[in-house]
Amino acid sequence: MELIFEKSVAGKKLALLPDCDVPEVEFDAALCRSSKPELPEVSETEISRHYSKLAHRAYGVNDGFYPLGSCTMKYNPKVNEDAAALEGLTDIHPLQPVSSMQGWLELYDTAEMYLKEITGMDAVCFQPAAGAHGEFTGIQLIKAYHVANNDIKRNKIIVPDSAHGTNPASGSMCGYEVVSVPSNEDGGIDLEQLAAAVGDDTAGLMLTNPNTLGIFDKNILKITEIIHDAGGLCYYDGANLNAVMGIVRPGDMGFDVMHMNLHKTFSTPHGGGGPGSGPVACKDFLAGFLPGMRIDKKADGTYDMTAAENTIGSVGEFYGNALVVAKALTYLLTLGREGVPEAARNAVLNANYMKAKLEKEYDIPYDKGCLHEFVISAVELKKETGVSAMDVAKSLIDYGIHPPTIYFPLIVHEALMFEPTETETKETIDNAVSVLLKIKEDAYSDPEKLHGAPHNAAIKRPDEVKAARHPIVRYDFEKEE
Amino acid sequence: MQMHMKPLWKPQKNNSKYNIKKNIVGKEVFQMGSYVPNTDRERMEMLKEAGFESFEELFSDLPQEMVVSGGLDIPEGMSELEVIRKMKDMAGKNKKYKSCFRGAGAYNHYIPSIVKSVVNKEVFVTAYTPYQAELSQGILQSIFEYQTMICELTGMDVSNASVYDGAVAAAEAVMMCRDRRHETVFVSEAVHPNVKKVIMTYCNAADVKVVTVPETADHRTDIEALGKLMGEDPKPACFYMQQPNYYGIIEAPEEMAEIVHNAKAKFIMGCDPISLGMLKTPGEYGADIAVGEGQSLGMPLSFGGPYLGFMAVKEDMMRKIPGRIVGETTDDEGNRAFVLTLQAREQHIRREKASSNICSNQALCALTASVYMAAMGPEGMAEAAKQSAAKAHYLASGLKSAGLEMDNDNVFFNEFVTAIPEGTQASSEDILKALDNNDILGGLQLDDEHILWCATEVNTKAEIDEAVQIVNAVLRGEEE
Repeated sequence: MELIFEKSVAGKKLALLPDCDVPEVEFDAALCRSSKPELPEVSETEISRHYSKLAHRAYGVNDGFYPLGSCTMKYNPKVNEDAAALEGLTDIHPLQPVSSMQGWLELYDTAEMYLKEITGMDAVCFQPAAGAHGEFTGIQLIKAYHVANNDIKRNKIIVPDSAHGTNPASGSMCGYEVVSVPSNEDGGIDLEQLAAAVGDDTAGLMLTNPNTLGIFDKNILKITEIIHDAGGLCYYDGANLNAVMGIVRPGDMGFDVMHMNLHKTFSTPHGGGGPGSGPVACKDFLAGFLPGMRIDKKADGTYDMTAAENTIGSVGEFYGNALVVAKALTYLLTLGREGVPEAARNAVLNANYMKAKLEKEYDIPYDKGCLHEFVISAVELKKETGVSAMDVAKSLIDYGIHPPTIYFPLIVHEALMFEPTETETKETIDNAVSVLLKIKEDAYSDPEKLHGAPHNAAIKRPDEVKAARHPIVRYDFEKEE
Repeated sequence: MQMHMKPLWKPQKNNSKYNIKKNIVGKEVFQMGSYVPNTDRERMEMLKEAGFESFEELFSDLPQEMVVSGGLDIPEGMSELEVIRKMKDMAGKNKKYKSCFRGAGAYNHYIPSIVKSVVNKEVFVTAYTPYQAELSQGILQSIFEYQTMICELTGMDVSNASVYDGAVAAAEAVMMCRDRRHETVFVSEAVHPNVKKVIMTYCNAADVKVVTVPETADHRTDIEALGKLMGEDPKPACFYMQQPNYYGIIEAPEEMAEIVHNAKAKFIMGCDPISLGMLKTPGEYGADIAVGEGQSLGMPLSFGGPYLGFMAVKEDMMRKIPGRIVGETTDDEGNRAFVLTLQAREQHIRREKASSNICSNQALCALTASVYMAAMGPEGMAEAAKQSAAKAHYLASGLKSAGLEMDNDNVFFNEFVTAIPEGTQASSEDILKALDNNDILGGLQLDDEHILWCATEVNTKAEIDEAVQIVNAVLRGEEE
């Protein structure tokens, strides 16, 4: 479809600002840009229709089933949005006097109280703006701890081979060498290999539990013990916390520091890629290293902000994605002590129900003890019919279902990773199952149809190789003329 | 979506914390909302079909000794009405000022109604990162348009899809300039202290040396010192400066660019996007990377976030820029199509070899900025810049006539620093307190004598006159 620049007609503009009521200021021409930016010149009607058209060419959680594994695409409650749109929250300058931002400090303090209890940790910092940002922050706490102990020979971070790509990337951003440990046949960490990998150079371990196969590592207490015995610390990647919140707590599993994804577990929307929020929670002995500002509740009930004693500094300009924190708190207030575990239980129920209905027809290599998600392998299907995980995923689009996460985790070939979440109805899951069974039938009877999928989307499959080889990453105004 | 239903999960023995109530027919129900849509009966069927007798069995692989017993120690769930009441109660404890003369990294600009309307569309709010291009053309195209607008505004060649905020954009920018022959990062003292802190934190994490280039007595970057310090370093990687700088001063980047490029290092400019409606662009100054805080482009102040880190580079650095990038291509039938591209740079492909771990960004904020720039157009952007500067200069002359001094004589955009003349009894705190009492958020206190002021197009002449009058009264000892 047309780009907004292609609708532009010189001279069109909106009446947004009044005439200037004070004397104008002339700047030396040497300080000014030589020509105006080529921004679109369009009417408000055209802007409104352009973005409505774009909206029709996108797919949100409100449109249908979104079983993207490890992304926890649960329904985003509307009351969260209403709360975060309150003017008493949106119209507050981050550098106002502390006495004039007491409501925000109370909000942060309350959210911290909930999250401390859910994670079993002692302190929470909301400055990280996303999960990967939280990882980077958490690993810095581990590094600061070792440096404070003058234990500077520790230069390795251990990451299982089933981990998200952000884990090794976060480790190396902190100057650590990343050691990968293989999974065992149950999909958990191989304890022998782990024991062999640790030593006096181990800074820590990064682990997602349940992992990206949806499997809770039964040996978790042993794993954290091995790391602690070697003098390392344990980092919990909270990407999959939705499976176990209110049931078990990372703090009780032996983890020292972790992040949560408020945009996964705590129902804040993804916004087409962000803003998220990735608060870091840690045990007391690491709290002194936390970045940004700590909130103190004083004896008289008012709040104050101070930097932690040995802070690593700041990972963001102000206090993180504050409105996202407000949305997550709205959700936490709604769920409360019963609703939090209830959400986890039903997330696990929905995944297990869907898995049970599919396992006779699809290969699920790690099928024991899945919690909130499960991973199908299309290796056999591909061998027999030529239909790949990609083809299955793209075919789902034709049935109005968002594809699952594909080709991840790396340890499963032709992977299709499904995470239905607790907010989906039985009917939705039943429908998705029957679609997947139909797709499998089609794979044997009409594989060409699947290779060509999707047939009903805004576009056919795009040429990604061309996009990367000859990158066009902005509109070319000269080409137009 | 919320339902009250019988507990399928048998509470642990020590269940005193659970709030179990009886419903109208005497059945036990949890007072909760978990947005679980399935009925009790459906859930029993599902459990059975999945081969489980109870909910507990779903979690039987978990070490039972660590299962939370007796429930979490957090309050009970609440109804929607109670929740929104509680949130309103907290929001009510913040003070929303009648007028605002504070900037320092977060600016109170006008947000056109069309912006709010577009970015509140459910699908834009709730979609995931556009991995599935066929189902995400709307999101991808909006990002492609955003990238184009950022390139136009900054005069650069390639923009990414956004990073978390302006400070992180600066930190990611310095990190991308490093390699074996380029190790030391140089930062001007005259940049926003929060931005400097984030750069230091990122560099410290990766054991990267940071050299601060001092500022002159009148708060400009000391260009002579820059040349000397860079000349002394064997492996300079880059220099980061801010335009206008923290004190609102318009710096002289062309001289800095020359020094930095002679040292074979990269020149990074942090810029205020509104100022670029009028002021010379980083592209024109010869910057290799332009970054900045995009909050001014349609985002409310929101206690500091979500904001928008924008980041654009010259073409030769395209494959080094972190974050998502959307590219144009064609589909199988030759139609225009958009995809996430150049992914070989990113963590999910490169894992520990990736230079950044970023994946989630601020997409909805980038969309906000695009709609804002489309609504403003080139004329509107220039007008917002001009009016912001005009109001700030009017405020400055008013404060001077009220008895404050300008801290320096440099050319400024829409922020400036005042000093309290010697021998005056009043302090910065007295001035700000008096304004606060009149529901006005004054400038940011730098110390007892110095205040950093800001004005934008939303400040009216009447508002400015009122603030000036109050300051005048304080300086004459007429107001507490």
